[in-house]
Amino acid sequence: MDLFEYQARDLFAKHGVPVLAGEVIDTPEAAREATEKLGGKSVVKAQVKVGGRGKAGGVKLAANPDEAVARATDILGMDIKGHTVHKVMIAELSPEIEAEYYVSYLLDRTNRTFLAMASVQGGMDIEEVAEKTPEALAKVPVDSNAGVTIEKAREIVAQAKFPAEVAEGVAEAMVTLWDTFVAEDALLVEVNPLVKTKDGRILALDGKVSLDENADFRQADHEALEDKDAANPLEAAAKAKNLNYVKLDGEVGIIGNGAGLVMSTLDVVAYAGEAHNNVKPANFLDIGGGASAEVMANGLEIILGDPDVKSVFVNVFGGITACDEVANGIVQALELLKSKGEEVTKPLVVRLDGNNAELGRKILSDANHPLVQRVDTMDGAADKAAELAAAK
Amino acid sequence: MAIFLNKDSKVIVQGMTGATGMKHTKLMLGDGTNIVGGVNPRKAGTSVDFDGTEVPVFGSVAEAMEKTGANVSVLFVPPAFSKAAVVEAIDAEIPLAVVITEGIAVHDSAAFWAYAKSKGNKTRIIGPNCPGLITPGQSNAGIIPGDITKPGRIGLVSKSGTLTYQMMYELRDIGFSSAVGIGGDPVIGTTHIDALEAFEADPETDLIVMIGEIGGDAEERAADYIKANVTKPVVGYVAGFTAPEGKTMGHAGAIVSGSSGTAAAKKEALEAAGVKVGKTPTETAKLARAILAG
Repeated sequence: MDLFEYQARDLFAKHGVPVLAGEVIDTPEAAREATEKLGGKSVVKAQVKVGGRGKAGGVKLAANPDEAVARATDILGMDIKGHTVHKVMIAELSPEIEAEYYVSYLLDRTNRTFLAMASVQGGMDIEEVAEKTPEALAKVPVDSNAGVTIEKAREIVAQAKFPAEVAEGVAEAMVTLWDTFVAEDALLVEVNPLVKTKDGRILALDGKVSLDENADFRQADHEALEDKDAANPLEAAAKAKNLNYVKLDGEVGIIGNGAGLVMSTLDVVAYAGEAHNNVKPANFLDIGGGASAEVMANGLEIILGDPDVKSVFVNVFGGITACDEVANGIVQALELLKSKGEEVTKPLVVRLDGNNAELGRKILSDANHPLVQRVDTMDGAADKAAELAAAK
Repeated sequence: MAIFLNKDSKVIVQGMTGATGMKHTKLMLGDGTNIVGGVNPRKAGTSVDFDGTEVPVFGSVAEAMEKTGANVSVLFVPPAFSKAAVVEAIDAEIPLAVVITEGIAVHDSAAFWAYAKSKGNKTRIIGPNCPGLITPGQSNAGIIPGDITKPGRIGLVSKSGTLTYQMMYELRDIGFSSAVGIGGDPVIGTTHIDALEAFEADPETDLIVMIGEIGGDAEERAADYIKANVTKPVVGYVAGFTAPEGKTMGHAGAIVSGSSGTAAAKKEALEAAGVKVGKTPTETAKLARAILAG
């Protein structure tokens, strides 16, 4: 889960990373009080999870509380690269800046370790720095169990060739940033820019944090950081039912078991769609192993509730789960939906293979539901589902 | 022969007495796996009856190894306790630890991987978030259904559980030497390369099927490895061509960020290494069949 800047700022502050004061607001009028609290001047910063907001006019200085209200009025509701601004941060004005740096910690999947990155060329897109002047970006592996002590932080700072007069201050900030990374179970903590001010301070002026949702069991506070407004309503409904669902922009609804098989199903449907008016998968939905009739019903309900969906492809390989149970699940799910007054009107193509496939297929044949068709191969079923979606 | 697991493997189950552990221990026993014990400090000294097979419960991995000669552990331990359980397996120096558990925090898997490394990698870790591995007709360590296929000469390595089953099913008449599910998490213990190396060295494997998915660069590195080191034919499949950027597709590791981790890049890298890559699982199976038919 990626956080907004203000949420990153709050986590940084919690763990001792030096930051400026800032308060998030969602109405223009609230900018007045927030600016007064900061002594009458502020920076109004759009809160969007996308880079380049400064260039887009999403960061403005306010010399007094009235101006802050005016700037917040301009920025709230603004569209920045497809993201609507719902919140702005009213931040303390930075002292005069002498230099801008870059520091981060992230997971290095390739080497299965954590990585510290640091550069004296901060303030711009770090991917650009990495590409154009790779020698200016120090990458230092960090052992998960050893962590970042002040000695390790000094090593990182030395490799990035920070000037002597800021080295110790940056190293200290690197230690607190590591504390944030570990304590919050983050996958990424990034400060860009980390600045040196004219009065000699080191400050984190902007930051990015991405959190590991697998750690939610020990991070009770993280649920509150979720951006519930931005979630697609179907994704939010699926999440409330513990379904692993991602909305896509096609017409064929997909239900399957197992992440890999469902990803593969999306691809197979997209290939099949090339021959059928270019229809595409409408979603990713993994109902997991051993799905009950209830889970199947929940999944079908979400997918049938998507107005973009024209046909549905249920693709199940019975591993430990027996296909007769899956077939019963589908039949019961259709009855369940009917009893709730949500009669199914979109055609379903079902492919069952693996454990007890014959029994499962028989159950579907016997149920003889007018909208359910059985196709016994994955490629064949994908083609049928695409054809039905294209015909609608 | 096979890789990592055979009829002589003595298997213990960490988390055997939980619901998932009980269910799958029973299934593994049914597939002929030599399960010599379970581990649960609170139930040490008791035993569990699996349809007439008494499996003793030990207080620790070290004790189980000492009393039974166990050399494989399968872990069905909930995410919050997985790190401690894997560290225990590493400390006991068990040669193979298969971590089935899904949903382990990355800081935990990174920590146990770093720990295994600091101890000289005496324990091979498979997973986490994987279906385990099977050597058909000999032993099954994990949750791969034992009745899909029979012993044969194809080696399979896959990030995905259900695609492993699908591929075993497609090629069930030919059979498999071993099938290894390495898992879909960002940090995993055994990689495609480790399995490719073992299959290349296994005289009972004639062809290798490699299944990848979006996220990371494991497939690209595997392609480099194949080019330099693998003489046996390799057939590949990559899932996730239609996955949008920035969305996690079920597996914690299955995410395209920017231009990195795309299925197209992986397919291209594999093909450049001489791997035949199928567009669908069925087509991939056909490619394997054609090569074996000569």
